Amino acid sequence: MAYHFQTKTKLSSIFIEFGDLSYFATRFFKELFSFPFEKKEFLKQCYQVGNRSLQLVAITGFIIGLVLTLQARPVLEEFGAVSMMPNMVGISIIRELGPVITALVCAGRIASGIGAEIGAMRVTEQIDAMEVSGTNPFKYLVVTRVLSTTLMMPMLVAFGDALALIGSAIIENFNGDASFMLYFNEIFSILEFSDFIPAIIKSLFFGFAIGLVGCYKGFYCEKGTVGVGLAANSAVVFASLLLFFIDFVAVFMFNIFYTN
Amino acid sequence: MDNSRETVVEIKNLYKSFGDHHVLNGVNLNLYKSENLVVMGKSGTGKSVLIKCLVGLITPDKGDVSILGKKLNHLTTKDWDALRSEVGFLFQGGALYDSMSVRENLEFPLRHHREKFGVIKDTTPRVMAALESVGLANTIDLMPKELSGGMQKRVALARTLILEPKIILYDEPTTGLDPITSREIVELIGKVQHTYGTSSIIITHDIDCAKVISDRVVLLLDGINYTEGSFNDLYNAKDPRIAAFFKK
Repeated sequence: MAYHFQTKTKLSSIFIEFGDLSYFATRFFKELFSFPFEKKEFLKQCYQVGNRSLQLVAITGFIIGLVLTLQARPVLEEFGAVSMMPNMVGISIIRELGPVITALVCAGRIASGIGAEIGAMRVTEQIDAMEVSGTNPFKYLVVTRVLSTTLMMPMLVAFGDALALIGSAIIENFNGDASFMLYFNEIFSILEFSDFIPAIIKSLFFGFAIGLVGCYKGFYCEKGTVGVGLAANSAVVFASLLLFFIDFVAVFMFNIFYTN
Repeated sequence: MDNSRETVVEIKNLYKSFGDHHVLNGVNLNLYKSENLVVMGKSGTGKSVLIKCLVGLITPDKGDVSILGKKLNHLTTKDWDALRSEVGFLFQGGALYDSMSVRENLEFPLRHHREKFGVIKDTTPRVMAALESVGLANTIDLMPKELSGGMQKRVALARTLILEPKIILYDEPTTGLDPITSREIVELIGKVQHTYGTSSIIITHDIDCAKVISDRVVLLLDGINYTEGSFNDLYNAKDPRIAAFFKK
């Protein structure tokens, strides 16, 4: 009985959380199109989200390219299909691995950073101070951050993809099977716009989810330092789960779209 | 206090609960022009909640609040913006924006009150004047983390003063400060009131602060304004609940 009650309570709290997040998202779109636009803060956030994530995305992307190639080679050799390596690597990185892994890495860095920053501002009454000075804190803090993560994520994904392909090319070149030129020619001969477009659209949604969850957790952070830690932690967990859900929906939708 | 004086804040039957916890149970309060009103009371009696209701940070459950003749429950967003340039709020911890320098902290509120000040091309003179009024002109390019607790409170007061408010609400201005710095802050509050003619509500536990600064003291107990009068009236009161508060 107690177990059922606990399950029911947890389930209802998940629905409540999604309801609150939907309301938060609705408010974002409402505030996005109202005057004034915080241009300076938006550009600062683009720099924070984009430029400051480059190193992490570059290293992760590069290693994914290396590992994917190293792992795939024995299997492809077994089936006598080593020549399919550039196609396999290109399609898997551009369509799926690049966007998802870059987004997960960014969820860890950006969502937790935003959650902790806004959470600390809530706890130290800085958000209240903004409000009493006549500034709309939602517009200043949330709209700028969510917009910047949404717009920066496709660029970070493209950057991570490029590094992953370079990593893969290095391994193949090291094995002496293909020159860089030949390897990239092979990759781009198989890739089509229909591979890039869904990945870019998906990345926009990933960026939106990361920014939105980070801001939501920070904005409604409970009092105290424990609250800030919790906001940062739950922002990463919630954003990561949401990324997988969005990925599933996106793949499902694109499959329906392309098969029809 | 002479009731014929102009009332700048009028609170009638204010109620606020958080779940089953009733914090304010019908508070009635007036603040008169150029008056320093000190609100005292034990922790959890709703002192901070009371002043947060005055600036819209907390919405009361019931009751009427008028500030400078405007009823708060009838205000539009635009009216709130205009009113917020007239009502300053000094937070307990200062609440300086820690990602901004002192200059940026002071410039920040100015951007949103163009109706009051017009377009200010060079904010430096205004920022310097506000910092000079709190004796911290040399900190303009420092970051909040480089300032001591007392200096942060003074910068926060400068940020409040830059909007030239008619009313300032102080939320425990001396909490967490050593006695000397506390005295400096209290003197500064007095100086601000004297120089700018502001009306103030000061929330405090600090009896020394109340003694120096108050024109009138209100004691909140059990969510109501239990009694009010001059500091000496309350300090010498025979009522055991009042006497207990002043630890005699």
